[in-house]
Amino acid sequence: MSEQVSFLKQLISVAGLSGYESPARELIELAWRPLADTLQVSRLGSLHALRCGAAPAPRPTLLYAAHMDAIGMMVSGIVDGFLRISEVGGLSPRVLPGQLVTVHGRRDLPGVIVPLPPALLPAEAGARLSWLGGLLIDLGLTASEVQELTRVGDLVSFAQPPIELSDTYLAGHSLDNRASIAALTGCLQALQSRQTAWDVWCAATVQEEETFGGALTSAFQLQPTLAVAVDVTFGRAPGIAAHQSLPLDKGPTLGWGANIHPGLYRAFKELAERLEIPYQTEPMPVYSGTDAWVMQIAAEGIPTMVLSIPLRYMHSPVEMVSLKDIDRAARLLAEFAVQLEADFMSRLTFDEGD
Amino acid sequence: MVVEFGPDSLPGLSIGDAQICLLERLCNACAVSGNESEVRQIVLEQVRPFASEVRVDALGNVLALRRGQIRQPLRVMVAAHMDEVGMMLMDDEGDGVFRFELIGGVDVAHLPGKSVYIGRAHLPGVIGRPLSFTADEDQDTEVFGDGPDNKIPLASLRIDVSPDNAKKVKVGDYVTFTTAFTRLGPSLRAKAFDDRIGVAILIELFRNAPPNIDLQAAFTVQEEAGLRGAHVAAYALDPQLALVLDCTPARDLPHWEVDSAAAGCENALYNTRLGAGPAIYISDSSTIHDPRLVRHLVETAEALGIPYQIRQPGGGGTDAGAVHRQRTGIPSVSVSVPGRYIHTPATIIRLEDWQNSLRLAHAALSRLSPAILDIER
Amino acid sequence: MKSFLQKLVETPAPSGHERLVREFVRAEIETLVDELTVDQMGNLIARKGQPQAAGLKMMLIAHLDEAGLAATHIDEQGFVRFLPVGQLTPINCLGSRVQFLNGAQGIICAEQLTDENKRLTFDRLFIDLGLSSRADCPLRIGDQAVLLQPFGEHGGRVTGKALDNRAGVAVLVETLRQMHTRQFHSLHELYFVFSVQGQVGARGAMTAAYAINPDIGLAIAATPSGDAPGGRRPGVRLGQGPAIRVRDGGTIFDPAIVDWMVRTAEATDIPFQMEVVEKEYTGGRAIQLSRAGAPVGCLSLPCRYMHSALEMMDCQDLQNGTRLLIELLGRPFVAGRSNPL
Repeated sequence: MSEQVSFLKQLISVAGLSGYESPARELIELAWRPLADTLQVSRLGSLHALRCGAAPAPRPTLLYAAHMDAIGMMVSGIVDGFLRISEVGGLSPRVLPGQLVTVHGRRDLPGVIVPLPPALLPAEAGARLSWLGGLLIDLGLTASEVQELTRVGDLVSFAQPPIELSDTYLAGHSLDNRASIAALTGCLQALQSRQTAWDVWCAATVQEEETFGGALTSAFQLQPTLAVAVDVTFGRAPGIAAHQSLPLDKGPTLGWGANIHPGLYRAFKELAERLEIPYQTEPMPVYSGTDAWVMQIAAEGIPTMVLSIPLRYMHSPVEMVSLKDIDRAARLLAEFAVQLEADFMSRLTFDEGD
Repeated sequence: MVVEFGPDSLPGLSIGDAQICLLERLCNACAVSGNESEVRQIVLEQVRPFASEVRVDALGNVLALRRGQIRQPLRVMVAAHMDEVGMMLMDDEGDGVFRFELIGGVDVAHLPGKSVYIGRAHLPGVIGRPLSFTADEDQDTEVFGDGPDNKIPLASLRIDVSPDNAKKVKVGDYVTFTTAFTRLGPSLRAKAFDDRIGVAILIELFRNAPPNIDLQAAFTVQEEAGLRGAHVAAYALDPQLALVLDCTPARDLPHWEVDSAAAGCENALYNTRLGAGPAIYISDSSTIHDPRLVRHLVETAEALGIPYQIRQPGGGGTDAGAVHRQRTGIPSVSVSVPGRYIHTPATIIRLEDWQNSLRLAHAALSRLSPAILDIER
Repeated sequence: MKSFLQKLVETPAPSGHERLVREFVRAEIETLVDELTVDQMGNLIARKGQPQAAGLKMMLIAHLDEAGLAATHIDEQGFVRFLPVGQLTPINCLGSRVQFLNGAQGIICAEQLTDENKRLTFDRLFIDLGLSSRADCPLRIGDQAVLLQPFGEHGGRVTGKALDNRAGVAVLVETLRQMHTRQFHSLHELYFVFSVQGQVGARGAMTAAYAINPDIGLAIAATPSGDAPGGRRPGVRLGQGPAIRVRDGGTIFDPAIVDWMVRTAEATDIPFQMEVVEKEYTGGRAIQLSRAGAPVGCLSLPCRYMHSALEMMDCQDLQNGTRLLIELLGRPFVAGRSNPL
């Protein structure tokens, strides 16, 4: 467990913002190389790792996808040595005032996000709390140094280091969705000593936070028989309604709704119960907000599943997860792959008893 | 080869008791987006006897092929969606009371005080009055106030199956309206004419497919969730062109000032009118329909004396939105039966509009030839 | 280029009905390219060059269409109600002349607003063709119109409707002209795509990208500048060169392509600006997400008063945009890595 924790902590210490995932991909590639038969990078930069199955060719393929990109900011303007910012992925501006960041200019520069005082803002901004347009980054440098070292388009990531709150709970930025990358890594590790009938692809996808573009193009390229999106979901915390969140440390969640093939939901549920892996059911009537949303409609359509890890304070630099949930997810993913029989698709139905 | 039909000589394409019975079964079936099984079973039973090939794809679309009888027939996809708008139970508050979410564009204003069906067993439940959210418990403050701006928050509504049935339903169960299919003189009233009427027309077209085309019937899923079934169906079928059959709002109620002498009191936003015939689309929010196919439909209607109307441009959307963007582009057009009160518990359509839509669709398909795509768009 | 741009701007071609401007462009480029096709959506696709070992299959895209209006209802007195097709706002239409594709002309007027603060919406606007009754009206529901505004020159700047994206079209055509005149051959197999329905969501781009399946894509688009009173901050400025777009509302452009564009501009002393925008998007998005994906970039042309009846651009920006594009086409590009110049 501690090797996996240390890998996860490394992962949430690099940037890897949507569209600029290289720093994350390089770390994941290092970790996955010894665990995969083949490694490849897609045209948009997603990382694909293949574990070959034993069934005779042509074998069905299973795709596990977890996005590796993280949210952050981008420099949208430079004014008097201060930087204006735009978001990459969905940010809540409320967490930004006072936040320590790294501006990836001609070199990495430490900065702090500061709000403009009301007197310096336009009248209509008054009602909005922490409107992104009213925030600046102060690098502590002179205006001419800033002009030399930064330009519009430079990325800005959170500088919050990981916080190991206890043996179970870890906090930091980018746990959405590096926690799921850790789950996929754990799955690949578990598969080292096991055999699968199916080919199993693990994909660290790009640009989920912006366009779901990595998952869409990877699913098109790999054309898997089944696809599972592994992501995070809203963990129960103060201020979030009980009916719109799920508790931490009670196991990963299994999605249910239009974006999930009901037969896959049942298969995962039965397996979790058989193996006594704690899980929760997460109703998502239509939009899942995950890579499954695009994978389901890639090419001729793919039966999809959503497996999620509850996480508190999503899209902030202090996201929090239970490491045990990551472990449970890894185990469930590995076991599902192992018990998939070559003829599973002929028994996959929409209704029970069909 | 173009097969000519006159308005009164349409073998097998009139609306009779069998067609009405089938539509009744379709409308009374419960099939919310993502849970289309009940309708899928009826469709499979109806098309299997006539199909060269049938399959159910990864999302649950029924794709049925009926081959043409000439050499090199045009490959035409005709689509109708099987799903209806509805709800899902989201949170069990105990005693048979549940929070719920909407699936598709349900009009929340129509929900209070209605009965619903839940799950495969169609267990009955009710949506009561909105819960008050104000602190003044002793005032009878309705959450919806006097003006049109006071919307009912979904969070103020619950589905109640009674304490005795609390364990018979669960979070994740699908919920529909309960309006039973019925005939009202020249009209029919039911839930889910959007798009069971399209499904019924497509079944009838499939049974009576014209010989000049390979008819690729796509009974799609999840249209109300974002045209998702049609997206993959069109990609898989890769037709040369597509016709989409749907049900579109007729907002042809009188303007509230219609009986005053003042000018400018016409209803200018009616979308379509009941009784004015099948509605041919120029454009909606997701598609600018192929002008060559729009022209073909209009010319067919006029040549055969079939009443038709042009749907007002803009708003709404049909499966054509997903179909026309697939692969290298699929010329597409939509035709809808007008319906009042779509996406509410009770929709009303006219039998004559159904009849004329069926006739127009059949005639338009029969008169298609590959030459239609030779003109540049 | 200015007079060509004027003709482009004055050709009525709203989204979905691009035929007239497509024919005009086709006639201009027929002799400049190796192959020309029109696909089922109406996109004009021109190939120049052959696949080469050192090069890529590159798709360049600019949309042909302009925002327009569609008639939704003709009332008893012959007033015409309408909806926008594409990116128009009610306040930007008010007072403009319009011309329907069948030649009929009118002016856009508003119902008297009883409340000063009531926001103007499209259902309060109508077109007056100067008629007395519905029977006199030569229009039917669904008929399309474009704004009718004269093209103007102001020193080095031009005004007109539809500069978004006829300016982009002009840049692509000018690029082809210069390649022809200078006998310049690109390393890359080039597909110049003059796409349809860009104003309504880059729809033509999707099908063209699928058909071509390029290795990389470059969108040429207009971009809203920030240099007029009340303009967005931050924003690019007219006359400071084309903008290299890092991200917009639909796409994070490929870092290697952004880098390639910046270094090329720097090496050849072409003025340029870096740009981050939040709401616009281009056909580049469709290319990036097509099939198994393709890295994309965007060259944008600063434009004042975008999505209004009269827009303004700087001719130097268009010239420099063309120069930069030609320089890029002459240079190799390797995806995912820092490229030599």
